Amino acid sequence: MRHQVFRELPLVLDAVSLRAGSVAILDHVELAIEAGAPTLVIGPNGSGKTSLLHVAMGLTAPTEGRVLWGGRLAAPPVRRALVFQRPVMLRRSVLANVTFALARAGCPWGQRRPRAEALLERVGLADLAGRAAPALSGGEKQRLALARALAREPELLLLDEPTANLDPASARRVEAIVGEAAAAGVKIILATHDLGQARRLAGEVVFMTRGRVRERAAAPAFFAAPATPEARAFLAGDIVL
Amino acid sequence: MAETATAWQLIIGGDPTLFAILRLSLIVSLSAVAIAALVGMPLGALLALTSFRGRGAVVVVLNGLMGLPPVVVGLGVYLLLSRSGPLGDLGLLYTPSAMIIAQAVLVLPIIAALARQTIEDLWRDYRDEFVAMGVGPAGRVAALVWDGRYSLLTALLAGFGRAAAEVGTVMIVGGNIDGFTRTMTTAIALETSKGDLPLALGLGILLVAVILVVNAAAWTLRSVGETGRTA
Repeated sequence: MRHQVFRELPLVLDAVSLRAGSVAILDHVELAIEAGAPTLVIGPNGSGKTSLLHVAMGLTAPTEGRVLWGGRLAAPPVRRALVFQRPVMLRRSVLANVTFALARAGCPWGQRRPRAEALLERVGLADLAGRAAPALSGGEKQRLALARALAREPELLLLDEPTANLDPASARRVEAIVGEAAAAGVKIILATHDLGQARRLAGEVVFMTRGRVRERAAAPAFFAAPATPEARAFLAGDIVL
Repeated sequence: MAETATAWQLIIGGDPTLFAILRLSLIVSLSAVAIAALVGMPLGALLALTSFRGRGAVVVVLNGLMGLPPVVVGLGVYLLLSRSGPLGDLGLLYTPSAMIIAQAVLVLPIIAALARQTIEDLWRDYRDEFVAMGVGPAGRVAALVWDGRYSLLTALLAGFGRAAAEVGTVMIVGGNIDGFTRTMTTAIALETSKGDLPLALGLGILLVAVILVVNAAAWTLRSVGETGRTA
């Protein structure tokens, strides 16, 4: 069982920079992420949240610095998963989207269907199992993407603005699924600019602007007394660049 | 018109000449499409998923080859298969096999180019998710071909349409030999010039009907597949 061999945590970003020409998308990011309550990455648009998640997933190689998963460099994504901001649905049924993810995660053929059905139950899509996935609504697509990610039995689950385009009810459903996964021991790293969501989900907060981690603190401390002027301005609803 | 009435009589009466020609036409065109698909689909997928120097030029040339003039393909295959040609010893010229080879050459670029476009578009959609899911090269090709199957079916139809409708290649390499290499298109051309309009018309009606039936079958397959998706 390859699942028991590799560990994804701790996730360590060691002096990670990501540059496109002269622009620093990520600028000397130092982060060590352990198992525990969700880590919420917050900051304005363009602060580097998505790039941070892509580097943490291993999709983008940093131009400088190293990323280590459980002490390993360049580790293939075995028990980590990423839900993109705009997840792409395979042109198949809802159920087949999940069985595909299960197959890729090494689930034996005979167990795929029952496990896929259980996952769809978990995200509240059991009734839509036979529907064509590309025809789902935005909120349903996000939940299906979550089911596909959970199919990998992740130790580390990265989510990029999972509720950015959703109405409040759909957003709450997504948050509930994320909360359940966290309670079951999955380490969540979730990027958002929704402060209410950060308050509801966070164990800790990583606050970013312009590709830099400005502040990292336990959620209550961060929301009660942010240490940096940028964070204070962001929490107050001012425009932060 | 009297010709039209006689044409319908030939079709309804099951005229043996007419249906022998129909049968040969279908065998030749369907075999050619099958061979072109076996080579062209993997070729298109390969081109869609790889990057190398000069790839853009290859794509342009492949797309350009979709418009290959049938008579030129016929001439090329004729030169290959003629007695003094490199494959002359096979003795294939003026046989149905030669017609299949020539049509496969004609249709191959159409299927490969359309498959390349379909798979490349789908890959652009899927790429990030597949990388995040750790899908390997074989799994990628399988998933892209499966999820793109209805668009790929359209590529096959385009190839079949081209093969079934063309005269030039089969005329040159088949020779339009009565009862042996005479297809619907070459027969129509011949009968029209001979003035046997009822037979030409009957063949014409059948040819259009065959193309319609094949397309309708594909359409049905597609609609059933898209509405009846369960797994």
